[in-house]
Order: sequence, then structure tokens, then C-alpha cells
Amino acid sequence: MNPVPADVPVQLLHGDVALSGRPVLRDVDLTVKRGEFVALMGANGSGKSTLVRTLVGLNPLSAGRLELFGRALAGFHDWSRVGYVPQRSTATGGVPASVWEVVASGRLTHRKLLRPLRSADRAAIRAALEVVGMDAYAHRGVAQLSGGQHQRVLIARALAGRPELLLLDEPTAGVDLPNQQALAEALGRLKADGATIVLVAHELGPLAPLVDRAVVMRDGRKAYDGPPLSDADVHAQGFDAAHVHCDDASARAANAAVPTPLKEL
Amino acid sequence: MTLLELFSVPFMQRALIAAFLVGIAAPAVGTYIVQRRLALMGDGIGHVAVTGVAIGLWTQTSPTWTAVVVAIAGAVVIEVVRERGHAEGDVALAMLFYGGLAGGVFVTGLAGTGASRLQEFLFGSILTISVDDLLVTMALSVVLIVICVGLSPQLFAVSQDADYAKVAGLPVRFYSILVAVLAALSVVIAMRTVGLLLVSALMVVPVAIVQQLTRSFRMTLLGAMGAGLAASVGGLVLAAVLSRTGANVQPGPSIVLVALAGFFLVWPIGAWLRRRRALRAPFPETSPEEKPVDEAHPHHHGEKCGHVAVEHGDHVDYIHDGHRHAAHVGAEGEHYDEH
Repeated sequence: MNPVPADVPVQLLHGDVALSGRPVLRDVDLTVKRGEFVALMGANGSGKSTLVRTLVGLNPLSAGRLELFGRALAGFHDWSRVGYVPQRSTATGGVPASVWEVVASGRLTHRKLLRPLRSADRAAIRAALEVVGMDAYAHRGVAQLSGGQHQRVLIARALAGRPELLLLDEPTAGVDLPNQQALAEALGRLKADGATIVLVAHELGPLAPLVDRAVVMRDGRKAYDGPPLSDADVHAQGFDAAHVHCDDASARAANAAVPTPLKEL
Repeated sequence: MTLLELFSVPFMQRALIAAFLVGIAAPAVGTYIVQRRLALMGDGIGHVAVTGVAIGLWTQTSPTWTAVVVAIAGAVVIEVVRERGHAEGDVALAMLFYGGLAGGVFVTGLAGTGASRLQEFLFGSILTISVDDLLVTMALSVVLIVICVGLSPQLFAVSQDADYAKVAGLPVRFYSILVAVLAALSVVIAMRTVGLLLVSALMVVPVAIVQQLTRSFRMTLLGAMGAGLAASVGGLVLAAVLSRTGANVQPGPSIVLVALAGFFLVWPIGAWLRRRRALRAPFPETSPEEKPVDEAHPHHHGEKCGHVAVEHGDHVDYIHDGHRHAAHVGAEGEHYDEH
């Protein structure tokens, strides 16, 4: 195996992931080059979110090898180069928190223990809020935001750390169209600045023009890796249809008899 | 004895110092407990600590220190069960609670010390606090306050969104265990004040009071410390005042009742604030069908017109008799559309 050059942000080779003993990802290879905008697509349960969580080290590999910026995950400590935007539903606490405070926690990768925010930290927080267009909301409570605004705040939190690699898990799920457009604008600006972006999405919507490469997951395996597909292509090529076994003739016949649009259901 | 004389006796002064510090420290830890949605964790640790106290009484060592050891062990077990996230997790926790309480009463029986000695710890006995216990309480309170305030950026991030904190490279497990240990320590210092069975109230109720009013974590943390201090000292003074009339009111329950009274005083304000915020939540940024207001509209909507202003995309709608009015400037001057 050739050593990975340090400027390859993500390299996953033969990755297997099991969640509580159940194999979820099988033999996934994924290399993301510097400056690329990769969309991870696929049906619910296809493993796309598991994959992105694996890439940031939240799910351990049961086999295979993951390198970030040319370093094996176990030896990778440079987390300030990585920005992660989790699914919105996981990111709430039981007491009030302001937009500013949530975004400020994005600076923790740069802060030392027991030190107050420096002016560089404050500037980065303000800049991140401006990129996602939430600067006017800095002192609102996150609980009072709409889903799309909350999502933009979580992106700002990741941006506040000035990452080179940004990974987003379903940032458009449950977000209305104007907010999706605001999000696409923000990501477009980052892309223009040379950031590497990996994004999980069920549908791309306004993000479609930004995507350099699409990876479609099906059933825990990579089903497609290449130039971007339209949302219609992802569905039409059956990447999200149920996987039919050859020995199961009746299931195969049933699947063949159903017109394509219905298979999406 | 006048009230002033009462506060000049040494046992009352010790009680005031303990109430003051515990009232600040317990809600500081409680804020993180509530943020992690573990409001009942304090109760669990309190139940487990009963066994610790009983072991101390049985072995004739300091109940404070045996309670510290057992409470920390219990808190770490609770945290590990929570982290595993098993479906049976809450049943496991319930069994830990019952085991702690039953074990404590059982061991007290073995020790042959009457239930009255255990009761001091179950419901608090701040007036009998010894100088040694007071020094331990003071030292631990200061440690808790310093950690809760000093490490607040880290503890906030871990409690708000553990996945994100992990990807940011924070030692999430260390901080989670740290919060559990802090909770165990605050249970032990508060056990002399409000008692093991009511300990959680002093950790949770002040947070519940202030989060009715606050929008930021920082204000919630500091506010809860202030509310806890007021309830703790206020409850002690209330109990002292009532005792002068011949009643035998224990400070522990009166502290908890003062805190709860605070909650019910603030609740209507919180309900009003929430309603006000809901009214002002922005409308979705879709382009509405525009329909000019039918009747003449002599009134000019503006900052101080008294109608509720709600953000709507790039402009503001005013709520006017149940309609949404938006100002537009047309050829014939300003008019209002219904959005």
C-alpha cells in the first residue's frame, strides 16, 4: 500500500463497521481529495450516516483502515482541522443555550483549559455566524430557532474552528427551501475558499450545483461513486430499491413488476 | 432569644456558612445534570449514599467519607449504564436506587444505631454540623464551584452535544465521569443541609426556576447559583424564625419548600415570556399571496405602535386584529397588504 500523502483529507480502505454486533458497513473504500465536495447519498438505512460518523471516529471500524490527513485515526489528534455537523436531533441540551454559546464551543479545538475567549476566538465566532447569515441571532436561545436556523447554527459551530475538512450529516433534512438556499450559499462560499466538504443528503435540492462527486450507498456497500447524479437518477437507477436475492424468484418478480416510481416507496 | 441573638450562636453560624456554600455549589453541578437530562441522577446518588452513611455508622468511621466513596462509586455506575444506553438502563438504575436505600437501612440495623441517627442524614441536620464537617463542606463546595465555573466551556460542550465534543477532540468520557463525580460530591455536602432524600431538589429546582427566564447557558448557571443561595439561606432563616414560635421545623424541608415556592412564583412570568416569544417567532419565508387591506388604514405601523411585530423574510408583519399587515410602497403612496 502506498503511503497516503498528507494532503488527502480522508482515506478509508476496506472499511467494515458493526453497530452493537450487527454488520452495517461492508468493505467501503472512500478517498476524498483536497477541495472536493462529495455528496453521500442513498435511501434511509443504506449506511450513509453511519459512514460519515465513521469518518469522524464516532463509530469504530471492525476491519479496514481510516486515515485523516495522512494519519491513521488512532494517531490523529489534529481535530481543529476537522469540522463536524451532526444531525440536528442529537444536538440539544436540557437547559437554555444561546446561539453565541453554541457557536463558541466550536472554538474549543483552539482554546486552552481555563482561559477566557481571546479576541481571535470572538472574531472567528462572529465570522462563522456571518457566513451562515445568523449574526443577527447571536443572543437568541437556540430553542427558539426554526429547524433550518438551528441547522445553520450547528454549521457555524463547525466553521468557528476554521476546519479544512467539513463533514455534515443530513444538513438539509427537515429544512425549508429558503433555509436550504442560505445553507447552499454558505457552503458555496466555503468551497470557493478551498474547503473539503463531505455531506450526507437524502435529496440535494439547492446544493446540487456545488457537488463534484456523488457516492451512493446501498445496503451498507458503496453502490456508485462518480460524477454527480440528479436526485431522479439516484432513485431511477434503483440505488435505493430493495436488494433482491437471485434465489428469491417471487420477490424478484414482484420487484420487477412494480413500476419504478413505486419502488422508491 | 431574638433573631439576632440566634444568629450569633456558633451552631447557627456554622449552619449559615454551610447553607451559603452548598446553596451555591449544588445548583452549579445541577445545571450540568439538567443539561444532560439526568435530573433524577441526584436522587439516585442520594439513595446510594444512604448505604455509604450506614457503613460509616456501622464501622464507626466518618459517615461523610464513607458516603463520599459509595456515592462516587454509585455515580460512576449510573454514568456507565447511561453511556451504554441499554434499553433496560432505567430499570438497572431503579434497582440501584432501591438497593442503596434498602442497604442503608439494613446496615444501620446491623450497626444497632437507631433510625434517628440515620434520619439526620436522610432529612438533613444542618444545625448539628460539626466544625470538622463544616471544613470538609467548605473545601468541597469551593472545589465544586471552581470546577463548574472554570471548566464551563468544556462541560457545556460535552453536555450539550457529546458527539460534536468527541469530534472536537475533547475527552468526553473523562468529562462525563467528572460530572458524575461532581454530582456525588455535591450530594454528600448537601446531605447535612437538606438530607439525602431531598438533595436533588437543591440541585434541580434552582435550575428549573431560572431557566424559565434565561436564554443563555451562562445566565442559567449563574442564576441557578444565585437562586440556590437564596433558597438555601432563606429556608434556614425561615426554619429558625418558625422555631422561635415553638414549632420544630427542620431546615432541610423548609429550604426545599422555599425553592419550590420560588419556582411557582416565577412560573407565570416564564409562561408569559414563552407565549411572547412564540408570538414573535418569524413566519416562514415563503412569498405570500398579497391582498391589499380592504378598509382604509389610517394607522401607521411602526416600532412603538403597540402591534406585535413579527419577522417575515426581508420585512416585518404587524399583527393587527388577527391579520398580518405588511407595509408596501406603491405608486399612490404607502399601503398595507395582508400577508
